[in-house]
Amino acid sequence: MSDLGANVVILGAGHAGGTAAALLRQYGHTGPISLIGDEPLAPYQRPPLSKAWLKGEADADSLALKPLEFYAEHQIDFRPNTRAVKLRRSDKVVELSDGSTLTYDILILATGARAIKLPVSGADLAGLLELRTAADAEALKAAVGPGKRLAVVGGGYIGLEVAASGRALGAEVVVIERESRLLARVACEALSSFFQGVHESHGVHFEMGASVTGFVGENGHVTGVTLADGRTIACDAAVIGVGATPNDELASESGLETARGVVVDLEARTSDPSIFAIGDVAHRPMPIYGRMFRMESVPNALEQAKQAASAITGRPAPAGEVPWQWSDQYDLKLQIAGYAFDTDEVLLRGDPASGKFAVFHLKGDQIQSVEAINSPPEFMMGKQLIGNRKPVSKAKLSDLSVSMKEVVA
Amino acid sequence: MAKITYIEHDGTEHVVDVKTGLTVMEGAVKNNVPGIDADCGGACACATCHVYVDDAWKDKTGESSAMEESMLDFAENVEPNSRLSCQIKVSDDLDGLIVRLPESQH
Repeated sequence: MSDLGANVVILGAGHAGGTAAALLRQYGHTGPISLIGDEPLAPYQRPPLSKAWLKGEADADSLALKPLEFYAEHQIDFRPNTRAVKLRRSDKVVELSDGSTLTYDILILATGARAIKLPVSGADLAGLLELRTAADAEALKAAVGPGKRLAVVGGGYIGLEVAASGRALGAEVVVIERESRLLARVACEALSSFFQGVHESHGVHFEMGASVTGFVGENGHVTGVTLADGRTIACDAAVIGVGATPNDELASESGLETARGVVVDLEARTSDPSIFAIGDVAHRPMPIYGRMFRMESVPNALEQAKQAASAITGRPAPAGEVPWQWSDQYDLKLQIAGYAFDTDEVLLRGDPASGKFAVFHLKGDQIQSVEAINSPPEFMMGKQLIGNRKPVSKAKLSDLSVSMKEVVA
Repeated sequence: MAKITYIEHDGTEHVVDVKTGLTVMEGAVKNNVPGIDADCGGACACATCHVYVDDAWKDKTGESSAMEESMLDFAENVEPNSRLSCQIKVSDDLDGLIVRLPESQH
């Protein structure tokens, strides 16, 4: 049973929390909505922070999901600079960092994830940066510029986007990666070597298979990154992009089921029927793969905001989605649909040397995931085929002369 | 500034003032006009900001890029006047623009 007058409290004012608040109003929710965020800003888009924003092509206004007036106009009690410190489920109360408390009928946990810190010496030096928030991005922007030396620890998507933006701003950039190839956790080898080649052609240096043992500094500011082989890579600033961990402590401490993320069902509801969890913090089912996992992506945040807002307002659940994400580096548009679970074959369509190709990950004759570089048809059609599970012809799929509209077996 | 009319699939009209320099997509999203999802926030990566541009405005809204064409080619319910609204920049010339929204953005 839905109650459009229920008192909804949303913890976390990121992409997921902000979207959930707006959707609740759009779906006709009339009860109170509180939106609690620990940053000074109203909900904004994070993806441009490592891309267009860092390069000065987007401003704070364009990052905002909604203008600030939106929240007051729609009776959404938005409270910036405020964090929840304790969840008391037995009396449906949240204790906040300013000492106040809020009661709820329905609680939405949208507390996101935080950057993992490297447990090494010198990790508290100034000039060591991460990239999660607009404030982080401001600090990074101030640290890069012509002639500045930027070390990027971690060759994942955030690290590579920062490297590309750093080069665009004239900085010298070295990427330090522990694995022997870039994007090792998320992409196949063909894509790893393609990205490394593109970045090298733009002047980025790589230290592959290199473990960071610490940071050295002068007067409290970082001057170098030390590696396990004894070398020190000199730098004026370093960005650490080695992954994130979910902010699920409020949930676990209050006895909600967690599993590296708050466990939810298809409605984004936790083990407590009054509490939902959405976005980076949620460990959620993904029916097309028959398993549960946690995702860090905007499409996932939006989808789960829809699931929770629909369940709360009594609307039918949104149709099942195919997870996807994207990355922009230099003039490359990377679009990824699905996840490469249980795959037995990797199929290349197109020639990486042309700067336009796609990598399909197959389970039998079904597509599990596609990574498309400057190839929207492969992404769009691949995404549909992942969703509808139609078998494809491998011969057609690997033949560029066959249109993506004709690859179904 | 341009006054833009967004017409939902069920006929509901939303008339909003959109600042020059924003995109037609941003004008909808920032004003809570339902029916434009814009999952990727304007990166031309998702085709969830699909609109139909009123015929009288086709010239003024300009040509779509190869990337946009290619994304639209695989979107649902595409018509000759289909555009991705994140790729249409708002200028004073677009004052009075009318766009219609598809039934869904998937």
